[in-house]
Amino acid sequence: MPEAAPGVSIQVRVNGKLHPREVEPRKLLVEFIREDLELTGTHIGCDTTYCGACTVLMNGAAVKSCTVFAVQADGAEITTVEGLAKNGDLHPIQKAFGDCYGLQCGYCTPGLMISALQLLKDNPTPNREQIRKAIAGNTCRCTGYQNIFKAIENAATTMRSPSHAD
Amino acid sequence: MGSDGAGWVGKGLARKEDNRLLRGRGKFIDDIRLHDMLYLKFVRSPYAHARVTSLDTAAAEALPGVICTLTGAEIAHQTNPFIEIGPDPFARIAELVQVDYESLEVVVDGEEALKASVLLHEEAGTNRVWRGTFEYGDIEKAFREAAHIVRIDKMHFHRFSSTPLENNAVIGQWDAKDEHIYYWCNNSFPSFAMQFIAAHLGTPIDRIRVQTFDIGGSFGIKITSYPQMSVCALASKKAGGRPVKWIETRSEHNVSSAHGNERTFRDTRVALDKDGVIMAIDSRHIDDCGAYPRYEPLGCVIWAQVFPGVYRFRNARIDFSQAVTNKCPVGPNRGYSRMQHLWFLERVVDICAHQLGIPPDEMRLRNYIRPEEFPYTTPNGCVYDSGNYPKMLQVAKERIDWEDWKKKQAMARAEGRWLGIGIGTTLDSGTNNFGQSQIVNPHAPFSGNSQGANCKLDIYGEVVVAVGSCPQGQGHETTAAQVVADVLNIHPDMVTVRTGFDTERNVHTGASGTYASQFAVSGLSAVHGAARKLKSEMKQLAAFLLKTGEENLEFGMGQQGPQIRAKDTGSSVNYWQLANVVNVNSAVLPEELYELTLNCRYVWRAPFKVPDKEKKYGSLTLTYASQLHIAVVEIDRDTFIPHILEYVAVDDCGKVINPPIVEGQVYGATAHGIGAALMERCVYDAVGNMLTATFSDYTPITAVNIPNVRYAHMETPSPHSYNGAKGMGEGGAAPIHTISAALQDALFSSGIVVSDSFNNADTLYRAMVAKDIYQAGDLVKMEKRA
Repeated sequence: MPEAAPGVSIQVRVNGKLHPREVEPRKLLVEFIREDLELTGTHIGCDTTYCGACTVLMNGAAVKSCTVFAVQADGAEITTVEGLAKNGDLHPIQKAFGDCYGLQCGYCTPGLMISALQLLKDNPTPNREQIRKAIAGNTCRCTGYQNIFKAIENAATTMRSPSHAD
Repeated sequence: MGSDGAGWVGKGLARKEDNRLLRGRGKFIDDIRLHDMLYLKFVRSPYAHARVTSLDTAAAEALPGVICTLTGAEIAHQTNPFIEIGPDPFARIAELVQVDYESLEVVVDGEEALKASVLLHEEAGTNRVWRGTFEYGDIEKAFREAAHIVRIDKMHFHRFSSTPLENNAVIGQWDAKDEHIYYWCNNSFPSFAMQFIAAHLGTPIDRIRVQTFDIGGSFGIKITSYPQMSVCALASKKAGGRPVKWIETRSEHNVSSAHGNERTFRDTRVALDKDGVIMAIDSRHIDDCGAYPRYEPLGCVIWAQVFPGVYRFRNARIDFSQAVTNKCPVGPNRGYSRMQHLWFLERVVDICAHQLGIPPDEMRLRNYIRPEEFPYTTPNGCVYDSGNYPKMLQVAKERIDWEDWKKKQAMARAEGRWLGIGIGTTLDSGTNNFGQSQIVNPHAPFSGNSQGANCKLDIYGEVVVAVGSCPQGQGHETTAAQVVADVLNIHPDMVTVRTGFDTERNVHTGASGTYASQFAVSGLSAVHGAARKLKSEMKQLAAFLLKTGEENLEFGMGQQGPQIRAKDTGSSVNYWQLANVVNVNSAVLPEELYELTLNCRYVWRAPFKVPDKEKKYGSLTLTYASQLHIAVVEIDRDTFIPHILEYVAVDDCGKVINPPIVEGQVYGATAHGIGAALMERCVYDAVGNMLTATFSDYTPITAVNIPNVRYAHMETPSPHSYNGAKGMGEGGAAPIHTISAALQDALFSSGIVVSDSFNNADTLYRAMVAKDIYQAGDLVKMEKRA
């Protein structure tokens, strides 16, 4: 084994849990999430910030974690797909993606749901065009997007209802 | 279907796969980390065509963390050297392998390759992979009697790839302890890959275990038997049996996995009668298969599954050649080798319609195979099972409000706007006959098609199903459960369907996998057969345990879950009791029931014969799903950007097992087609550099590019499948035909013939302003003889 580059100490809160870790300065946030934290729901699809399979929420903003260094996430709050469900219950976005057949192979789905989450936090009543723009950075090759549009519209309705606490 | 009666088939059941995928618990290959695992990296040639003159791996091997390197000299037929590195990603590793190249002349065009002085594979002596003439009927008579003859000089179908979001991935381990080779991979035709790998590595096939799990899309791209699978095993062997992981990068995928076939259509002659009915087509097609034939030359014949498309003409001659070029090898991509031919036919129909002054919808109605003609035997012996193309056209027109758009179009044209309405009719042929391979290679030991499934009551009475398919989002776990639930009259939630493929489940055949639009036919037929075998065993056991006749038994739900009840006595047994007496309490069984296992494997075989190799005649595919799309497209007169104003997709895949799953797949195929028609193409420069190696350059279609798609479906049940279903999913590239037709309709009056399947603002500008492409006067000639 080679000698590792000098590590940098970081603390990242992921899905509510604080993770103090030493990381190489060159390590990407997506590698940190997948390899160091073993949260493999966040995926890698293109390596060039196009496809959004690696999208996570960082301090409330959807970011492509393949284009952020882990050290840049020091002190940040991150939400990944694994953090969407609460006490085992699916988040309304997860439920809507399932109900509307908004996924097929499921590879892009975690990133898409995170982008949808940011959209619906910022804009509880998005129209179709706003939905399109919000997920323009997330490539899906299976669904043709139609059922994803429906899923996000469906989730928006659920999340506006008084019974949804979040 | 008979006694199957719970009615789950045909319902929009929620997908069983979704729970894990929505929670981020899908299991994709890169999510798997094994003890002591190593990582493999390939050193790629920077040249499209070159000879390696020297190679030095010493510097790379000296780098800490590098376990070993392997060169081409160490592996037969492996021309690219590659190295293996430790668990840390060393960006510089590839640079440390010193390679000297002698660059050679490059050929990037299929037609040029057939004329070129440079040979890409010297041992072959030619750049032509295969040539064959597919001729049926009486061509010369048809041309003699024709009222009109239309000639089209050249058309071209472009190269694109469906680029699944998950790249190719494999972990290979050559385990010296048990002399097995283990694969964890996302190959979607593993039973075929194994047959190559076992022979290539000189290993008994029983010593190779292949497993697939969740797969992040394939669209055909992942069915190729990639050599990287063998290489991972050899690298593992050299590294002392440690598992070796190779995760393809996006750029590697775009440059070297597989693209769809690129094809040029030359010297097309079409004979028509006075009413525009096509009497004969004569044409010369040159297919570009890239650097190496992989599954090729199978692509030289697979297009013949849809030889006449949806049309009635009986006389045709296609002179088909395939050439090698210095580009990525081709493979199945949203169907294999067919969309190119279907696009060609749709262009022919539109161009001829225009030449004869017949509206495109009317032209199609005059030429479609008629509903009453099914099952319809094509000139080359394929049997189209069912369909109703005129009705599809009617449904699509209603759905898009055709009359209203015709009025709007007239108004737009009066204002000088370029607005076109295009129709695309196409076929998705499913469940192929491997015997067609013998048309191009008479010695190929493949024919027919088959799929296996296993249905069992596990020791505790759980219903467990395993199939030889490896789905990539098609919902096989859900639809298989629907079928079994109907056979046993229980809820699909009570049926566990194993995910993915595993040789050690022992259900697969040599044709198992997920390809060629066939699960609803081959996969579900196998599942249905296995479930019925199990049911038959359960009946025998229940009759014994309940002391009644089999005719008195009723399958259904009881208070303790799934059960079998005796109608005469009212007593019942549950599934655990049945499994118990077979597996762990067998002394209560009478000897005549000893052969029951409650573990039932069934192999379904497609009823094919080997085609006539000389005449190139026979049934090449079992089912023919059909699609009809209509698009309204406006080309911006200032920017030349084409905008889709309206889009409808009508799909007929026979009896539908799960309607929302089918609808979702239609949307997916439609997006790929629209992307391919307007955004996605593989571009090479003159020396063979691929200019679209990243997604940023290739630009897969996104949510802002896709129009809202109206969907409608029809059901003409197939007489060729037990359930009336047809394979579906690829969509026959309908949007490519449809958008070409709509652009054509927008521009016909300008003397333009859309002769390429890829269009964007650049091609439209060149056609309309620079006038260096698409000029009708150069491309189309019409001879009126009546």
